[in-house]
Amino acid sequence: MSSTIDAPEAEAQGRRKETLETVVVRFCGDSGDGMQLVGTQMTNVSAAFGNDVSTLPDFPAEIRAPAGTLAGVSGYQLCFSNHDIFTPGDAVDTLVAMNPAALKTNVEDLKRGGTLIVNEDEFDKGNLTKAQYLSNPLAEGDVSLQAFRIHKVPMTRLTRDAVDGLGLTVREADRCKNFFALGLIYWLYERDSTATENWVKHKFGKKPEIMEANLRALRGGYNYGFSTEAFTVHYEVPPAKLPAGRYRKLTGNEATALGFVTAAKLAGKRLFYAGYPITPASDILHELAPHKNFGVRTLQAEDEIAAMSAAVGAAFAGELAITASSGPGICLKGEAMGLGMITELPMVIVDVQRGGPSTGLPTKTEQADLLLAMFGRNGESPLPIVAAQSPADCFYMAMEAMRIAVEFMVPVIFLTDGYVANGAEPWRIPELSELKPIEINHPTEPNGEDDVFLPYKRNEKLVRPWVKLGTPGLEHRIGGIEKAANSGHVSYDPDNHEAMVRVRAAKIDGIADYIPEQKVDGPESGEVLAISWGGTFGAVRTAARELQAEGKAVSHAHLQYLNPFPRNLGDIISRFKKVLVPELNMGQLRMLLRDKYLVDAKGLNKIKGKPFLVSEVVEAISDMLD
Amino acid sequence: MSTDLPVLSPKDFASDQEIRWCPRCGDYSILAQMKKVLPTLGLPKEKFVFVSGIGCSSRFPYYMDTYGFHTIHGRAPAVATAIKTARQDMQVWVITGDGDALSIGGNHLMHVIRRNVDLKIVLFNNQIYGLTKGQYSPTSPTGKRTKSTPVGSVDHPLNPLSVALGCEATFVARSVDIDIKHLTMTLERAAHHKGTAFVEVYQDCNVFNSGAFEFATDKKVKNDNIIYLEHGKPLIFAKGTKGIRVNEGSRPEVVDLDGSVSEDDLLFHDEKAPEPSLAFLLARMRYPKFPEPMGVFRAIEKPTYNEVVNQQIDDAVKQKGDGDLEELFNRGDTWEVK
Repeated sequence: MSSTIDAPEAEAQGRRKETLETVVVRFCGDSGDGMQLVGTQMTNVSAAFGNDVSTLPDFPAEIRAPAGTLAGVSGYQLCFSNHDIFTPGDAVDTLVAMNPAALKTNVEDLKRGGTLIVNEDEFDKGNLTKAQYLSNPLAEGDVSLQAFRIHKVPMTRLTRDAVDGLGLTVREADRCKNFFALGLIYWLYERDSTATENWVKHKFGKKPEIMEANLRALRGGYNYGFSTEAFTVHYEVPPAKLPAGRYRKLTGNEATALGFVTAAKLAGKRLFYAGYPITPASDILHELAPHKNFGVRTLQAEDEIAAMSAAVGAAFAGELAITASSGPGICLKGEAMGLGMITELPMVIVDVQRGGPSTGLPTKTEQADLLLAMFGRNGESPLPIVAAQSPADCFYMAMEAMRIAVEFMVPVIFLTDGYVANGAEPWRIPELSELKPIEINHPTEPNGEDDVFLPYKRNEKLVRPWVKLGTPGLEHRIGGIEKAANSGHVSYDPDNHEAMVRVRAAKIDGIADYIPEQKVDGPESGEVLAISWGGTFGAVRTAARELQAEGKAVSHAHLQYLNPFPRNLGDIISRFKKVLVPELNMGQLRMLLRDKYLVDAKGLNKIKGKPFLVSEVVEAISDMLD
Repeated sequence: MSTDLPVLSPKDFASDQEIRWCPRCGDYSILAQMKKVLPTLGLPKEKFVFVSGIGCSSRFPYYMDTYGFHTIHGRAPAVATAIKTARQDMQVWVITGDGDALSIGGNHLMHVIRRNVDLKIVLFNNQIYGLTKGQYSPTSPTGKRTKSTPVGSVDHPLNPLSVALGCEATFVARSVDIDIKHLTMTLERAAHHKGTAFVEVYQDCNVFNSGAFEFATDKKVKNDNIIYLEHGKPLIFAKGTKGIRVNEGSRPEVVDLDGSVSEDDLLFHDEKAPEPSLAFLLARMRYPKFPEPMGVFRAIEKPTYNEVVNQQIDDAVKQKGDGDLEELFNRGDTWEVK
């Protein structure tokens, strides 16, 4: 379409074009309206154009809640910018609402003066009632939406008109209206639709009439924007100045999967993934399962316990073992994780955190599994914990988790969350030479006197050898019963037990000497230090930088290593008068920091299933400044 | 590896660990028969791995000088599934008990059998929880008085073989701990089966459930109470004096072979029957109404889980070549920033 209608032509008609730095668009509609799909298309196109992008998909746990109801609203927020951004944005510039329920649940996030595009065809009595509107907010004389630049578009009718003659049923025709909305947004923000058209052609290649209908709807939306005088302005957001290189858009779960495949390749090992389907972690399995030619074996286990047990078995066999789940599944895995811990086998457990407790909020984000990761096993069973700060960071932290696992012979917990896992951002494709190799040594000779093999004899890092199953002469038995030092035989000796508990803990504490020192963004000392971890990185970093720009003595330390903490963290904390720990939980990292460093850290705690707004963090830090 | 395998003997498979089962426990005999079978299989020691759960029987791996993993309660089948899938060159044995396999681990047992992972599962059935000192188990008969059921258990027991057959097991067998020859033969058959081989062994817990299987071990009565299955042969027991016939109601019945019934009218065993109905019928024959069948109930061929998973990997490598990271990184829409 960019070839048929160009911007100068629009300008010749008296339209203005404004240049913007950052725009936040949200598509919302019924969960059957295809909002995630068009949001993803807009993200791909914007990323490929060269904008920095950050996304926030928000969908209900039910695949299809009753149509038109408030519970069934699905949304996809996308921020694109001409500079480096860390969050999907606090407030929405342009909201596309496909029905009354979507309008009602989303309009409060729209900026005053923002653009509101509604599908007015869906505002009938039935849908208004389902959305619990007493009167039609689009009616003449209604003032509830007067703060916005509202565009009432008869999308259903226009879409049906656009696909007329293709022999589609009404239902099929109506399913194209998300592409109509997308076309309109493409016009509004001057996006090139070629990639989306190609996607439609590929996706619906076997159903030519559906393919043609979606293309017509897309063009119809674009042309509607172009030809309707209601849209007096359209916008451009120039490309961002990101570090040079080749880029690709990745979601957090895609990045996690890619990180593990890469780790296996770097280690010269095969990957064994065992998992049980659970939101929001299943996509990791979906991403890994097709990579069979990388030697990736995936086992969809009968339950979470089996998945964890299988990971332990695979590690014993000598494979790079991983499992992924979310809170409820991690609970079930606890006992088998303890087995991995006491047998000191390497594996990575991914916890894509979601709202809890119990089933909680399956599709919403939260950071409330940190203490579960720290303490969720019987006995003294510390495990290393790392966390990803953004979607693309999952790639690197997945590799890091695996590196620690094999270097220290220990299960490592890798925390992400729904926000990071489902969100997307540009990922600079690394050169293979940039990636650190992962070294693994499997012994082939006995390590004790008289040709005896000692499976629990430790090296200078307190790490025991990893025997590849089937190695002649190194036959040995391991298990969940306490082991005697060196020999690994069953031992109930009291002194041995205490020594083994302490040596396992010391091994994990010692990892601090092999991970990077903590970095501080901002001055090395000052008034307030914000300490965050995981997916709140973007909001806290943006907030800290805003305050720094105002000359405030605020710094930010974002932790990627949570157990053990980086060795210089205590020193950093001591150089600030006050510490704020913003978390999407009741204060779990804060508890650990207070315990370890005796620091009177304050919390900013939000438990709404939603990420922080930058403004919330700015306010909390400002309150602590004198 | 050299093609000349050292000749191994049972004692080569004994570990240096002191065996800590109660004196006269049925487990000793099973351990001894296992050590006899392994040297006959033509595999070096390092190619065996024993995986167990929790319970008396699950200490088994510590007493074998092979690779071994004493895992957690009920989960051995899941651990073993990964081991076999990752390492098809290993022969993987799962040692479990009635509580481990059928109670806490029931789910894993069901799934490992339906997947037909190439594992040899030996279930030591003593109808009691021994390690925790005498509670009733999922195979204890209804009415069983134990510490946890002082006036008798209310539960109906599971029949391990029925469970295995219901999960479409490709190999199902039963033997008795002290029936040395028969147990050795049964373990051998299991070792040679490709797929999940499920073997129930009646095992005496002489401390908490002594004599539970006396009907099958007491020389004075056992010939009347058990019947040895042989493929293609009629079901005859009690020193040739009795047989099993299927009556008009399709139910088994015991008949006297006193001349009034011909052998041809008896039930003939067919372990290779594609449908498990016959094996199921045999599994339902319980003492004292019937003699209990011993031997191989079912032995059929079906692709194994580990084989097909690895075949898919090999096919993918053949079709697409060995995975190339650079190509993987650059998949989909990419763009250049200068």
